[in-house]
Amino acid sequence: MIDMIKKFSLSRLSRDDKPIAIAATFILVILIAGTIYTLDRFGTAPLFSPTYLIQQLQIGSFLGIVAAGMMLVILISQIDLSVPWTLAAGAMTATAVGGEWALPAALVVGLLVGTVNGLGVAYLRIPSMIFTLGVNAVMRGLMVAQTGGFAPQTKATELMRYIAAERTLGIPHAIFVWLAVSILLVIMLRRTSFGRSIYAIGNKEAAAYLSGVPTKRVTIIAFILCSVLASLAGVLLAGYSTKAYQGMGDAYVLPAIAAVVIGGTNILGGRGRYLGTVVGVILIVLLNSVLSIMEMPEAGRQIIYGLVIISMLLVYGRGEKATS
Amino acid sequence: MSATKHSDLGLRIRQNMGFSIAVLLFVIVYFLYHLAHPKGFSSQVLVQNSNEVFSLAMLAMAQTVPVLLGGLDLSVGAVMTLVDCLASHLLEGTGASVGFGIIACLFAGALAGFVNGCVVVFGRIQPIIATLATGAVYMGLALFLRPIPGGKINEDINWAMTNALGDFAETVGIFDDGKAAWFQPVAGVPTALVLLIIVALVTWVPFRRSVTGRTVYAIGSAEGAAFMSGLNIAGGKLAAFTLAGLFAGIGGIFMAIQTSSGNADIPMAGAYTLSSIASVVIGGTSLLGGTGGAIGSIFGTLILKVISFNFRVFDIAPLLQPLFEGLVLLAAVSLGALSILRVKNQLELFR
Repeated sequence: MIDMIKKFSLSRLSRDDKPIAIAATFILVILIAGTIYTLDRFGTAPLFSPTYLIQQLQIGSFLGIVAAGMMLVILISQIDLSVPWTLAAGAMTATAVGGEWALPAALVVGLLVGTVNGLGVAYLRIPSMIFTLGVNAVMRGLMVAQTGGFAPQTKATELMRYIAAERTLGIPHAIFVWLAVSILLVIMLRRTSFGRSIYAIGNKEAAAYLSGVPTKRVTIIAFILCSVLASLAGVLLAGYSTKAYQGMGDAYVLPAIAAVVIGGTNILGGRGRYLGTVVGVILIVLLNSVLSIMEMPEAGRQIIYGLVIISMLLVYGRGEKATS
Repeated sequence: MSATKHSDLGLRIRQNMGFSIAVLLFVIVYFLYHLAHPKGFSSQVLVQNSNEVFSLAMLAMAQTVPVLLGGLDLSVGAVMTLVDCLASHLLEGTGASVGFGIIACLFAGALAGFVNGCVVVFGRIQPIIATLATGAVYMGLALFLRPIPGGKINEDINWAMTNALGDFAETVGIFDDGKAAWFQPVAGVPTALVLLIIVALVTWVPFRRSVTGRTVYAIGSAEGAAFMSGLNIAGGKLAAFTLAGLFAGIGGIFMAIQTSSGNADIPMAGAYTLSSIASVVIGGTSLLGGTGGAIGSIFGTLILKVISFNFRVFDIAPLLQPLFEGLVLLAAVSLGALSILRVKNQLELFR
């Protein structure tokens, strides 16, 4: 019996699996706490119903796709703050172009933004924190100038509606898109030399460079993937809400970073599993949803949100002291 | 004698290239602004500009200290908002209660910064992610204090702090209500500008010269080496974050005084935080830590703000303003980075 407990105890888990196990447990805690509340208040337990969970996954798929891209960039110890307006630009381009070219046009926008980000970070070696911040301001400026500062009047195309909002066998297509992105990313991170290069750069860029890793190229590609995924999320979000609007990406960048970090990815790069990011996204989405079911005012939500991030990181995200 | 002094100055300028360029750029652009402004070079314009700059300048100073450590404080905007909401409750009365309120607000700002420091030092969580989380908590507290914008500030304080020194003297009742003859040359100087200079001289300059201040710089350039040199790492980090909270708090108090209300606006807090990072970088402080200073960040803020001032006088479509701000930021950091093209050994680029 004791052996059994030992076998499954947290200390036996590897350094990268422990955060995932703890975060997954916390998701259950959230669901149970919410269910106790609803049972007490309404006498029903909707939180464990498939309808509710699938709906949450659909909402989570937008954040999940953004977080997937963000994770790649964090793994090479950079960060991408241009996500909010890359997402909005993708959505606005898609609705403005319309027709069958909507999706490709949006992805090209992501490609261009990512290339600029990557060039600035890899070749000019400007800290990504400030360079992507500038690119974000430029994208915002371009979009504001183009739309006149108002929400664009154009509507999402049929295809965008189809991949974001419609369902097959009761499952929204957005979840399939998230699943496809996830599978591709896991294969890329674990089975390709590009994926291993990402971890190598995050651990020690100089060592990766000396081992023959094309660090500049890998950095640029990571930024491109992040921006393309952000614009894809923008297209999906526009399809889901039938239109694009100003500031639609603002609510995604910090939760995406939080999701990546809660999932056990080191904010300094080089360490972390993709599954953790998925678990982190689900945790954040469910936490928000359960708190709103509990009719928690915005003030309480913000406080709990912050405290959850800190306490999760206190359990497994602690760094090492500099001693030499 | 004068020759050595001259070369000394030249050396200092070369050592603080980012800062020197920021000052020069600001002087040129601001001069052009006053030339083009119909009421240029008047106290009225100066007062208006100072009031618009003050809060962001304080946030830029706040951001500088953690950045010197090699960290980042994503909660400065939230701390400012929290203190803004607190001040809208405490600065309503008159006399002593207002004085007490200001002290309480300063303490609240410093405490918020100290908590950040504790999470970073004792929790050993990376500053950027720790302050992302504490920022959410502070924003929640601010929303708790002011679920909807409102509140009131003592009108005398509002009038005294957001106008020229002459109005300040008149409200407070010193120097013959500001009519004293010797006082006239400085009566047109904006109170906010004087306050900014006083805060910088009273807090930042002594801090930078203290052992704690030097420790902050040392941690930013090489934490391991600082530890081996026997410096108090934990104390330096705690002091840095506490000072950041104090600066953000001063910014929050002024914002409450200026707007005469408290407003827990989450997007606004986020925008202020991001602008503070931009100000720090334009002011010549390295995001890698160890070099730069808060005075440079003040000039970084001035440059950012002067650009938007110029939009008003030069009749450029306001819709293009965000685009220009972004391009200026990108151009500033890219120009600063061009020196790496001279680096011959690739390995020197990795740090």
